[in-house]
Amino acid sequence: MSGLRILVPVKRVIDYAILKVVPLRRGIPRNVQPADMHSQQKIKPRINKAQTGVETAGVKHSLNPFDELSIEEAVRLRERKGPIKVEDILALSAGGPKTPDVLRTAMAMGADRAFHIDVPEKGDGGPEPLTIAKMLRAVVEKENVNLVLLGKQAIDGDQGQTGQMLAGLLGWPQATQASKVEVKDDAGTVEITHEVDGGVETLRAKLPMVITTDLRLNEPRYASLPNIMKAKKKPLEKKTLADLGVEDTRRLKTLRVTEPPPRKGGGKVEDVDGLISKLKELGAL
Amino acid sequence: MATVLRRIGARPFLRASRSLPSFQSCFHARATEYLQNHDPDLSESQRTVREAIARICSDFPDEYWARLDELHQFPTELYEALARQGWLGICLPQRYGGSELGISEAAVMMQTIAESGGGMTGASSIHMNIFGLEPVAKFGTGEQKERWLVPLIAGRQRACFGVTEPNTGLDTLQLQATARRSGDDYLLSGQKVWISTAQKADKILILVRTAPRDREKPSQGLSLFYTDLQVPEVQITEIPKMGRAAVDTNSLFFDNWRVPMRDRVGQEHEGFRMILHGMNAERILIGAEALGLGFAALRRASLYAKDRHVFGRPIGQNQGIQHPLADSWMKLEAARMMIYQAAQLYDQGYTGGEYANAGKYLAAEAAFEACERAILAHGGMGYAKEYHVERYLREVFIPRIAPVSREMILNYIGERMLGLPKSY
Repeated sequence: MSGLRILVPVKRVIDYAILKVVPLRRGIPRNVQPADMHSQQKIKPRINKAQTGVETAGVKHSLNPFDELSIEEAVRLRERKGPIKVEDILALSAGGPKTPDVLRTAMAMGADRAFHIDVPEKGDGGPEPLTIAKMLRAVVEKENVNLVLLGKQAIDGDQGQTGQMLAGLLGWPQATQASKVEVKDDAGTVEITHEVDGGVETLRAKLPMVITTDLRLNEPRYASLPNIMKAKKKPLEKKTLADLGVEDTRRLKTLRVTEPPPRKGGGKVEDVDGLISKLKELGAL
Repeated sequence: MATVLRRIGARPFLRASRSLPSFQSCFHARATEYLQNHDPDLSESQRTVREAIARICSDFPDEYWARLDELHQFPTELYEALARQGWLGICLPQRYGGSELGISEAAVMMQTIAESGGGMTGASSIHMNIFGLEPVAKFGTGEQKERWLVPLIAGRQRACFGVTEPNTGLDTLQLQATARRSGDDYLLSGQKVWISTAQKADKILILVRTAPRDREKPSQGLSLFYTDLQVPEVQITEIPKMGRAAVDTNSLFFDNWRVPMRDRVGQEHEGFRMILHGMNAERILIGAEALGLGFAALRRASLYAKDRHVFGRPIGQNQGIQHPLADSWMKLEAARMMIYQAAQLYDQGYTGGEYANAGKYLAAEAAFEACERAILAHGGMGYAKEYHVERYLREVFIPRIAPVSREMILNYIGERMLGLPKSY
């Protein structure tokens, strides 16, 4: 094979901050539990008034964490200098005017260039997975891509369909939820490990192929300042769905999005016997 | 989604949106949001810096800083994280690994570090590296820049800065420490005081007298050196102090300290002019650090005031609590406007010191007031270390005093802007 031409589709999603585990050395405890949570703001997604989705106006956004893993893996494939040289890493995202933010992040992490597919924000959760998969197929064909690395899902819609649909449309092999990706030889043999119930499964396939990424694949880097500056000069092309011959048709209708029911308070039992009889009463034993 | 969020707990994520200001969907830059990135006035590059630094700093919460303060331990982890990602070179030339951004961006960086909870501890741990070597970048030879800037930016060498002496404070031209020629070297003798980070710094940028003071040309006769600090001829003694215990401050005694000619920056006797060059920038950065501390205090105070219920309602509902905090927000924002105006002017080549000085003054005073009010809003809890605001208050004295006192700034404005006679 001549070289790896990797496509990494990414999505801009609501950001969230969580309690941090601080890696410290020299006798300072690793787990710093804040006395109160005031120092860190926790994101609480809210359902919008029309009950069609999560409120996104005025909420911080960032790169979907699974997509961050894909970018990182693409960059590591290049850095590892494996049997096939990485020729191109193309980041792509479909969305409104703020989409270039995440593409710049992807390029700061190491993608070479980016496509912004301009899709107006209509508050309907964006194009459906099949539309996105068709769009990606068009890009794969036009840009001569031979490896697509996608996050296994976006944390907003949680659909987890795009990678699989794309593999189907292209007729390519696919490996989902990869926890390890290894290019074995210059003929394009790739070994992918993923976690399954009760163990780890290793798959082998030949390029071209589609891989979706899971959490344990790698630990994405922070972009360095020089790379952030360089990313500003990398090419970012704007395109439309029509340019790629795809129409944003909807096959699904969201009826309602609601908050999960509030948690009910628990009960107390006196002793182990009490616990056992309670579990029996609830049919758990 | 919830499941995913929990599973992702393996690694912190914090992203502020980075983009050009978009006023269509206007929402406020709330002072209660941790390192918010919605200030409507920031440039795109400032927003980028804010986002990236916020992301790094969110790994170092208040508890980290409280712990280091207690243990008198340098924030190596933050320093290394910033060095690894190229931030120490934010203002330095690209040729040596820097990014050549302006003071406008460096000020955002320093404000953000202080605002994350790092306060003056976080800021001081890298402060000198950010702008201190400007005289080297400006007046050093190519060989010196290669030898000094590259390891500094990469975080392999730490630098400190030595001007002040026990008998010479703001009257820098009266410096007494000397360097006399001895063959191809200089021999340095004298004292320096208030030298931050000298315990561990590899290098010092030091200003000493090479010719006796000339009444006609008082700004001549001082020379600047950048040289190895950890040598037997230099005795470094830490000064116990009120706050910022994690970043050491020291007095230095040195006698016949041999410094090679190649470690002299620029021309002999011209050191003062070179040092002067970075003064406005330093005031702007210290001012920005003060702002960060002030906003951190305000954030904690506002959140606490909303949360804490007394007599059946949040204490923040009482105007006695609410109004001082609102007043602090206005003062901090006003100071922020001036600091960033000064930064912008500096980056455009403006050399006047009125905005840099006034901005530093206003920012430090606003921050001090915000820290004090944060403690008072917390009541007894504010006096407990657990709530961090007492640490902020101990640190906020630094920008009030350094690098120039409030009184000297008033003198400067009185003379330069009001045309009044010199009072000292």
